[in-house]
Amino acid sequence: MAATTDEPLSELPLKALHEAANARFGGFAGWNMPITYPLGVLKEHLHTREKAGLFDISHMKLILVTGPEAAKALARACPLDPAALEESQSKYTFLLDDEAGILDDLIVTRLGETRFMVVANAGNAAQDIARLADVAAGFDATIEPLDRVFLALQGPAAEAALARAGLDLGHLTFMHGTEPRKNWFASRSGYTGEDGFEVALPLGEAESFARALLADENVEWIGLAARDSLRLEAGLCLHGQDITPETTPVEAGLMWAVSKPVREAGGFIGAEALKAALAAGASRKRVGLKPEGRQPVRGGAALFDAEGNPAGSVTSGGFGPSFGAPVAMGYVAAPLAQAGTQLFADVRGNRVPVAVHPLPFTPHRYRKG
Amino acid sequence: MATIYYTEDHEWLSVEGGVATVGITDYAQEQLGDLVFVELPEAGRALSKGDATVVVESVKAASDVYAPADGEVREVNEALAADPSLVNSAPQGAGWLWKQTIADESQLAGLMDEAAYKAHIG
Repeated sequence: MAATTDEPLSELPLKALHEAANARFGGFAGWNMPITYPLGVLKEHLHTREKAGLFDISHMKLILVTGPEAAKALARACPLDPAALEESQSKYTFLLDDEAGILDDLIVTRLGETRFMVVANAGNAAQDIARLADVAAGFDATIEPLDRVFLALQGPAAEAALARAGLDLGHLTFMHGTEPRKNWFASRSGYTGEDGFEVALPLGEAESFARALLADENVEWIGLAARDSLRLEAGLCLHGQDITPETTPVEAGLMWAVSKPVREAGGFIGAEALKAALAAGASRKRVGLKPEGRQPVRGGAALFDAEGNPAGSVTSGGFGPSFGAPVAMGYVAAPLAQAGTQLFADVRGNRVPVAVHPLPFTPHRYRKG
Repeated sequence: MATIYYTEDHEWLSVEGGVATVGITDYAQEQLGDLVFVELPEAGRALSKGDATVVVESVKAASDVYAPADGEVREVNEALAADPSLVNSAPQGAGWLWKQTIADESQLAGLMDEAAYKAHIG
């Protein structure tokens, strides 16, 4: 989570609100982000699962794709059939390279016949915009990156808190989105495993909306540290750690995001490599890992089998406050990917026993309608 | 009467009769956030000043705590195995980390007193 660049960090439009809430800031993906608030990461995490956590995710990028051939452009850019999406439906997808490596993971929402919203990761936004623009140049389609404040409200009290702040999204089910007001975008989705929403809105309207949400006693600001522990418990991937250009959706266990017709029809960038990867089968697989005992096992730790042979590596690891124990995920050789397989992680020279564990660690509580 | 010293690495040591009780400061625990695991050394381990002696693990990251002086580990705070959050709630009390001998008293001369440490953290 350390800043990896000497470039000055971008500042969130609502920075002053976070400062007033006594956030502790740190660099992430080129942005100066609230890492924790005075509540602290453990309580922030638990509060989100019990009530509602408010996250400033304005570092993430919204990209509007419009035009008569918007669906065709997205079908070329992503392993997705945008024309098959119903209006308001969202779908998790990727940008792949020619080797089917994952350049980024995205959520695409169909807002109209010729209108789609793409949500991209902060660290990959510039590269994603360039790629989408490059693809769109071959179609009658326009790419428009948006400047918005982007807030996520996650947890069982999220729907009611939004309604009290004047935004009734009760009609949306999980993985659906809408434009509730001019230049707003809202979807029922998130990165915690809980029911929740992501709301993008113009800068000028954002502070009063955030204040209205925070006036609700169920709503607390939640920092990036708890966002990470929440998504890890939920078994959700962080691009740059759990999925990278060096991993394919086959290895990552994410082929559920690529429908059979899309796999068969191909036509998207990386289609041939993905088909070949699927036919060959993955030699390594992404799995959940549960360290024995209390000691966390962090990303980067090497994994070994019982005989001491290299077995893979941990890509994300930490403590799961709701799970009540350390949690991790990583890649292991395919024959070792069965739940319950006993492995060992190298932690500062000690071999910590870890068991392959089903994902997620905490059950998803999405509102599927 | 114990004398309290502070290091630039945000540790405190309380020295009495040639033995130091070592922990991290309130400032340090606040920077680290909620601790979920503390890896303690074995009693009897020989320490050189600057050795990584304890690892404190927060939800997000692992951090080393260094030996402030040469010596030998006498005792570790076993209560932290069951409740690492003691370091957050009482960093200079029940959340102490280890006790060690001080082999060379002259190494204490370079450490800070409370006033100097407060100036150090601003």
